[in-house]
Amino acid sequence: MSGVPEQPDRLWRSAEPRRHYQVVIVGGGGHGLATAYYLARNHGIADVAVLERGWLAGGNMARNTTIIRSNYLWEASAGIYEHSLKLWETLEAELGYPILFSQRGVLNLAHSPQEVRDGVRRVQANLLAGVDAQWLDPTDVAAVCPIVNVSPQLRYPVLGATYQPRGGIAKHDYVAWGFARAATDLGVDIIEHCEVTGFKRRDGRVTGVRTTRGDIGAHTVALSAAGHTSVLADMVGLRVPLQSHALQALVSDLLQPVHPTVVMSNAVHVYVSQAHKGELVMGAGIDAHNSYSQRGAVHVIERQLAAAVELFPVFARAHVLRTWGGIVDVSPDASPIVGLTGIDGLTINCGWGTGGFKATPGVGWCYAHTIAHGQPHNLNAPFTLDRFTTGALVDEHGAAAVAH
Amino acid sequence: MMLITCPWCGPRNETEFHYGGEAGVAYPTDPAALSDEEWGRFLFVRANPKGVLHERWSHSAGCRRWFSLHRDTVTHEVGPAR
Repeated sequence: MSGVPEQPDRLWRSAEPRRHYQVVIVGGGGHGLATAYYLARNHGIADVAVLERGWLAGGNMARNTTIIRSNYLWEASAGIYEHSLKLWETLEAELGYPILFSQRGVLNLAHSPQEVRDGVRRVQANLLAGVDAQWLDPTDVAAVCPIVNVSPQLRYPVLGATYQPRGGIAKHDYVAWGFARAATDLGVDIIEHCEVTGFKRRDGRVTGVRTTRGDIGAHTVALSAAGHTSVLADMVGLRVPLQSHALQALVSDLLQPVHPTVVMSNAVHVYVSQAHKGELVMGAGIDAHNSYSQRGAVHVIERQLAAAVELFPVFARAHVLRTWGGIVDVSPDASPIVGLTGIDGLTINCGWGTGGFKATPGVGWCYAHTIAHGQPHNLNAPFTLDRFTTGALVDEHGAAAVAH
Repeated sequence: MMLITCPWCGPRNETEFHYGGEAGVAYPTDPAALSDEEWGRFLFVRANPKGVLHERWSHSAGCRRWFSLHRDTVTHEVGPAR
């Protein structure tokens, strides 16, 4: 596996907040930074501030398992995720920065006859939507990833898998830093340790934010705060259909390359890849109850590891190096909400739940369009807030219920 | 691992319980009178506070009783329904 490049001392310019911007983005994670970059690059809007409560990309951007794929069931989902995947394929050149994007393929295992039927259906839907997809039987699964136990003796045997060869992983920190550097080069202000504490309103319109570093006016305030979206929305009287949960992940000690691809299993709640440095990176399902504490329960990790060891017997000799949690915002149909809010001057990007990392360039592209034009891009038009009034849900639970 | 007090069985591990989300969400008295927006809000929108949440739990691996409690979503401190 390739080495990890050396980093310079400073990659982006930290700014003091000015009193007014055309666009203030709340949340300095991957989505917020990508949105700022594409606002400047695609729409010529560089009068942009990205406000971050903590340090840059220290929330879910630092806590996810970096899986990238676009093999979602519905056309609307395949549209935005495939747009994102195409951007990933050229992102390193676009940003002029290494992001270690590795298209090593993603396997989604099926463990029951119903999962087989769903998987085969999803492969067909993907092919119709222009997304690369294959159905593999257990022998082919073992050929792609020899360490998967495909014995029929398992409690939940592997009956097959969907395979997206163009899927893979990227180095999450480098993605954030690459976007931050490229955005500041185009004139965007990145302001860390600046927490939004309220909103400025005039005649119903949002005209700016109140922060721990003073008031900042804006023509448009663009929320991009993942698990804390409800906290911000409550300040402005906007009710959003989100529930915040802790989602945990863990890494093993550094190992020789043993795992050539990405394996996900919804039924036994584990997904795993091997990072460039050599650690196994594993995620689980969410903790069931609402939470804003960036840590989860040990029993969730225990079940995840039990599933991992059953599927990958060689993992029994690995050690857990560290575990952590992030706060994810789960929507009722497991699809994101990206668009207008019904409040002038306020846009929203949230509801990505457990799977927002893979969408980073795609949502940045579409959210920037939404902000610049005051109208959704056609790829995020299905993901409006008002689908929970009209009933036009994008129900991805069938395709992506647990692991994203 | 939280220690949750079932009103019937006493304090038990979190793993014995099933989560039920926000408590006190009443079914609309006249559902047909609701606008689409109000109905959508009833179906899909629940409280999601950073702080104390009044919520439902079921002692599903024990006596199977449903009950309410208050829990802080940051500290996970659990208290009885008030």
